[in-house]
Amino acid sequence: MIINVENLTKKFGNFIAVDNISFSVVEGEILAFLGPNGAGKSTTIKMLTTVLKPTSGRIEINGYNPVIKKDKARHSFGIVFQDSSVDDELTAYENMMMHAVLYGLPRETRQKKIKDLLEFVELLDRKNEVVKKFSGGMKRRLDIAKGLLHRPKILFLDEPTQGLDPQTRNHIWEYIRKTNQEEKMTVFFTTHYIEEAEKSADRVVIIDQGKIIAIGTPSELKAQAGKDNLEEAFIELTGSVIREEKADLNRDVMKRFRR
Amino acid sequence: MEVIYILWLRQIKRYQRSKARVIGSLGQPLLFMVAFGFGFGPIYQKAGEGNYLEFLVPGVIAMTILFSSIFAGLDIIWDRQFGFLKEMLVAPVSRLKIMFGRCLGGATTAVFQGLIVLLLSFILGFRLANYWLIIPAIVVMLLIAFAFTLLGTGIASMMKDIQGFQLIVNFLVMPLVFLSSAFFSLKDLPGIIMLIMKANPLSYGVDALRGILIGLNTFGLLYDFTILLSVVIIFLIAASYFFSKIEAD
Repeated sequence: MIINVENLTKKFGNFIAVDNISFSVVEGEILAFLGPNGAGKSTTIKMLTTVLKPTSGRIEINGYNPVIKKDKARHSFGIVFQDSSVDDELTAYENMMMHAVLYGLPRETRQKKIKDLLEFVELLDRKNEVVKKFSGGMKRRLDIAKGLLHRPKILFLDEPTQGLDPQTRNHIWEYIRKTNQEEKMTVFFTTHYIEEAEKSADRVVIIDQGKIIAIGTPSELKAQAGKDNLEEAFIELTGSVIREEKADLNRDVMKRFRR
Repeated sequence: MEVIYILWLRQIKRYQRSKARVIGSLGQPLLFMVAFGFGFGPIYQKAGEGNYLEFLVPGVIAMTILFSSIFAGLDIIWDRQFGFLKEMLVAPVSRLKIMFGRCLGGATTAVFQGLIVLLLSFILGFRLANYWLIIPAIVVMLLIAFAFTLLGTGIASMMKDIQGFQLIVNFLVMPLVFLSSAFFSLKDLPGIIMLIMKANPLSYGVDALRGILIGLNTFGLLYDFTILLSVVIIFLIAASYFFSKIEAD
């Protein structure tokens, strides 16, 4: 198991964002964390990637506990955050170089790897342009290229294709799947697009209000819910009540509270 | 080492690319030199104290460095808002290196601003007895810059929004400048003002710069250096602590 999570909980004050969840991910697998807004997807990914400290529970990333062995765990994964994490005032190439140095890529291979990845995300011809001038989709592609640069064993993607057009979305997934197959890179991604989970993931974890509701392959989930498409199965399993406003409100309140 | 270098380089590049900010931030020092230098000049001269512009230039340089250094902290808050801070904080490198690289970069650009002010002062008629004096002056500028970059970084590490940072900094920056020896000489002052000025680290930076650039020194250069270096070390420890406490989220 490359990711192992046992009884993981995260509380912000009285608000339980992630409620005692357990799951594991096999090496080379593509796993989708599917859930409505405010379900606890991002909080989970933040705990797995050393951004947030869990309130309780155990995590193992590539054999390391990210709370204690932060740097070892950090070497094992790449992450594409929900919001872009590129430096607007640097060029695409400089952003990649910064990442290469931060992750200790050997000097000899840096330039070639950066060039290859920029070529793949079709930004090579604009590598010397300051990122400020890029569109949202271009920035997203750069984010993903950055996340892949140090060939991580695990790639975390937090809502990777949100706000992207279908062409870009397809293109990005093509590359992620290719890397996944060629290098046995494990992929953990969160999404609220059902079709993205169904199309790209080997297994899907459905999470709602901080709790895991179901885990399985898309066809298993459909069978479990007795529905013939994943969208109906998802609604069957999570209920059809729109609760995201409340969840979002809670998050807002928490944000203010933490300031 | 390379991590420190790349973060230093990043600050330099950002500085180079924000020409508007660079030019904008030179307006104030220029105004001080022109208005105060020429405005108070005759009175100062009549009092038998010599050339006020000459007296003022080291102070204005120190002030420029102070502004530009403290606002290096603002960059951290920008990085937080634009998401780039996360990229640095989840990378497998120590926080100390990240902070050190950034602060060195911030200090370098602040010294650069100080040197531009020195050049501007030449246009206004300021002269150095010996141009080699610029080298020890740069050392002092670096100490001032590093101390206040660290201070700005420490404050910014505790803040999440720009307004909060600006509020605190405004409460800090103006007193630091006006209650230092930047514009006045430290003699014949009421006891309490004197005490405050002596407690202000910027006074020692100004005193050292004045000693080097125009040969007018109150505390002795060695004493100034010792105080500046101690302040750098204290601020370094404090800023490292607060920077290590930043949550990436």
